[in-house]
Amino acid sequence: MLALVVAHLVVAALLPLVSRRSRRAAFGIAAVLPAATLVWGVVHLGAALGPGLEETVTWSAALDLELGFRLDALGLVMIVLVGGLGALILAYSAWYFGKDSRDAPRNSALLLAFAGAMLGLVLADDLLTLYVFWELTSIASFLLVGQGGLHRANRRAAVQALLVTVFGGLAMLLGIVFVGESAGSYRISEIVAAPPVCGLAATGVALILVGALTKSAQAPFHPWLPAAMAAPTPVSAYLHAASMVKAGVVLVGRLSPGFADRAEWWVPIALLGLVTMLIGGWRALHETDLKRLLAFGTVSQLGFLMVLFGSGDRIGEIAALTMLLAHGLFKAPLFMVVGIVDKVTGTREVGALSGLGRRLPGLAVAAVLAAASMAGVPFLLGFLGKEAAFEAFVHQGGARGWVLALGLLTGSILTVAYSARFLWGAFADKPGLEPVDPKRPAPGLLVPTWTAAVAGLVLGCIPPLVNALAQPYAAAYPATDATEADYHLALWHGLSLPLLFSAVALAVGLALHVGRDRITGLHRALGHPLSAQRGYEVVVAGLERAATQVTGRVQVGSLPVYLGVLLCTVLVLPGIALITGGVWPRDQSLVSSLLQLPLGLIVVVAALALTRVRRRFTAVLLVGAIGYGIGGLFVVDGAPDLALAQFLVETLTLVAFVFVLRRLPAHFDPDGGTATAPGNRPRRGVEMRKAVLATVAGVFVAVAGVVLSGARQQPPAASGEFVARAPEAGADNVIAAILVDFRALDTVGEITVLLIAAAGTASLVLATRFDRRRKAGGGTPEHEKEVLG
Amino acid sequence: MTTREPVPFTQWDEPEGEWTLPGACPVRSNRTLMLEAAARFLFPTVLVFSVYLLIVGHYAPGGGFPGGLVAGLAFVLRYIAGGESEGAEIGSRFVVRPPVLMGLGLLVAVVSALAPVAFGAPVLASAKVTFEIPLVGTVDLVSSLLIDIGVYLLIIGVVLDLLRSLGSGIERDAREAAGEEAGP
Repeated sequence: MLALVVAHLVVAALLPLVSRRSRRAAFGIAAVLPAATLVWGVVHLGAALGPGLEETVTWSAALDLELGFRLDALGLVMIVLVGGLGALILAYSAWYFGKDSRDAPRNSALLLAFAGAMLGLVLADDLLTLYVFWELTSIASFLLVGQGGLHRANRRAAVQALLVTVFGGLAMLLGIVFVGESAGSYRISEIVAAPPVCGLAATGVALILVGALTKSAQAPFHPWLPAAMAAPTPVSAYLHAASMVKAGVVLVGRLSPGFADRAEWWVPIALLGLVTMLIGGWRALHETDLKRLLAFGTVSQLGFLMVLFGSGDRIGEIAALTMLLAHGLFKAPLFMVVGIVDKVTGTREVGALSGLGRRLPGLAVAAVLAAASMAGVPFLLGFLGKEAAFEAFVHQGGARGWVLALGLLTGSILTVAYSARFLWGAFADKPGLEPVDPKRPAPGLLVPTWTAAVAGLVLGCIPPLVNALAQPYAAAYPATDATEADYHLALWHGLSLPLLFSAVALAVGLALHVGRDRITGLHRALGHPLSAQRGYEVVVAGLERAATQVTGRVQVGSLPVYLGVLLCTVLVLPGIALITGGVWPRDQSLVSSLLQLPLGLIVVVAALALTRVRRRFTAVLLVGAIGYGIGGLFVVDGAPDLALAQFLVETLTLVAFVFVLRRLPAHFDPDGGTATAPGNRPRRGVEMRKAVLATVAGVFVAVAGVVLSGARQQPPAASGEFVARAPEAGADNVIAAILVDFRALDTVGEITVLLIAAAGTASLVLATRFDRRRKAGGGTPEHEKEVLG
Repeated sequence: MTTREPVPFTQWDEPEGEWTLPGACPVRSNRTLMLEAAARFLFPTVLVFSVYLLIVGHYAPGGGFPGGLVAGLAFVLRYIAGGESEGAEIGSRFVVRPPVLMGLGLLVAVVSALAPVAFGAPVLASAKVTFEIPLVGTVDLVSSLLIDIGVYLLIIGVVLDLLRSLGSGIERDAREAAGEEAGP
């Protein structure tokens, strides 16, 4: 499984080589892997529906980290969506993006990389593995929504999607650690088998929920999803309808067997899911952009799925898995239809499209198939799922069952209404509107659309097929009575309450559509008392303001202040520890070698002189003298390595200082030390304060050095075995052995820091030039060129 | 016999030949023979010494960090002597951009840190190869030398970057500032 995921990523990395030659071939090659994934899933059907197929790759045994994967029924359904629909959408993209579209190379590679990350996410059985892929999909989404970053709408939508989902992701990471630590395992299958019961686990579960709710665009986090429609339509179809937004729902589905009976789990899921379903449906009724209409439809359906997956009820979970599959199979073709409509007419506005149905009947039929499945019309997959959902909550009964059943009924009515609105908006003849004159859509666009739409019809007509997928998944939930144990998906359950619900939903929904003008009037009258989008904007703006204020207070731009804060911190924190816990070592001699005396004297004299000099150049030379003096002390104490490094660094520092001095005044005082004007000289009090702080800090460091050297509790590490083992590391030089063997990881980390610091310095020094020359200096091409060298 | 014009005292150390020049130095009055000649002779020597430090680092004081610093100081000497050239091509026709050198160093270090994984060993594991070279004797090669080489390259890159930003960058800045002041 890991190999499959990695293959996606590797091919995605190599894809730009192909797309340089041919854009279409790149999408074609990209489509092969998801299709192969689907085939792989079907081959392992038996294992997936039975015990589940497991694979563990130990990544770091010492840290107990491993990549755990497991293919089960839920994973298999998601593979149909990620692999099957992925292949269709990539094929569709080959024609959607033009032959020489500039966006095609980026999109083909990113879509495939996303498919790999998503595959890893749905197969992950280890919470940390899941988290890694979870964030990878967020990043892919950010890049795909942002596109080239040329348009403001794309950038804003991308940032919003990233902020919201990554916020949720971070909360989830914390939750994962809480749950994993209290369960003693990060394995989802093990956690679900023995769910931890304690306050920490409850908090963790709630935090994981935050991740799931943000990713699946549940209220009040939902606005990022409609905003993300700024992405090209294939991206929206794949990420924001068929696969990525399902991640939250799938996570809920994975954990529900262990937590569904906990109030902290099901109450927020049911409540927010229902609210999301209603808000999404209501908003979809008023959108005039077909794509945004579908986006709110997706929000609504995700709420529906959330309620179902969190129900913890056997029939409800059967309904959940069926709806999960159905939603992918109807929402993806609907998006593809919008893409085609947009391509052939140049618009997706309801108010500009008229008579398209008669011009392009083939497209219209595919759209009707998909929309009917969404509305829950019999013989389509959506109907099976919705029937099961009604049955679940009607059967459950009680206050919770009935509230949810009636809530879902209301949501379904809205679903029917916006499905009808979508078909009407895209294809109907509208009086008073000039019929559009569409181009002929390419077969490459139509075939994938039709394939997905027909799949919904075929599966809807053969309930046992879907039943075979859903039953093993729902088997994790014990059946409470015979009805639940015997329930199976079917087109005809006899005259029952769920069937009545379906009929009511269809009838009232169509009635709502007929009376759409009045509904729009009601919508206008209600206005927007509470807007989640506005809430997001207020939060982000507030964060920015707070950051500006904090930065303004903390980063005053004065070197003495920074230094003062640093020194005070050093004095206060380790200082207290030193005073309370420090013991003066008894066997500390004052001088161990006579050579230390002159060297120490040089350092002390240079340091004292440094406080009195007025010329910068002299000061730099004195600093150098101090450094060389310390290097000399290293030599005397028998540390040639340290001394060598100290001398070299000191020399280089001196050179760097001299370079900078060329641009600075020769004297510290602006007037060369001759000024008598009181305003130019620092005030006496300030100088005194600085002097006291510097003295205290210096004394502290000296004392701490002596005390700490005597504070050894463990036997010294550098003795005996350590030195004896140095040759084993291939080194006779213990210091070198420490640097490149025992502490090699530190060395790699340190040089990384060094690189970042050097790059930062270079860009700061070089950037100020351009900042000075023009106001908007930061990101000019010449600046970039110069920083790069 | 032709009599040559006596060279004014202030110009006696201005070299005329090109051979001492490490880079391009158009202004004659900015040149000093002593420094240029010293740089000419010292530069290769110091570079060799830096490589010596790099290799010997496993057995004696030295290693990638001091080696890289010594090599960097050689470039500093050359920069001061030759002046007037972009940081990247200080003292050579062979242009390496400092950021590339830094990145290359980090890449070498990280790749050699991860390489043992490919052979089933833990990250950063090292191996030692001992072989005999005629006339030289027994030579031990330790795989962790690769990390040291990465450090060495990175440090040279850092120093060159320093020359580029603080050296020529500031120099050009000063010139431009002077030009701007004189301009209007």
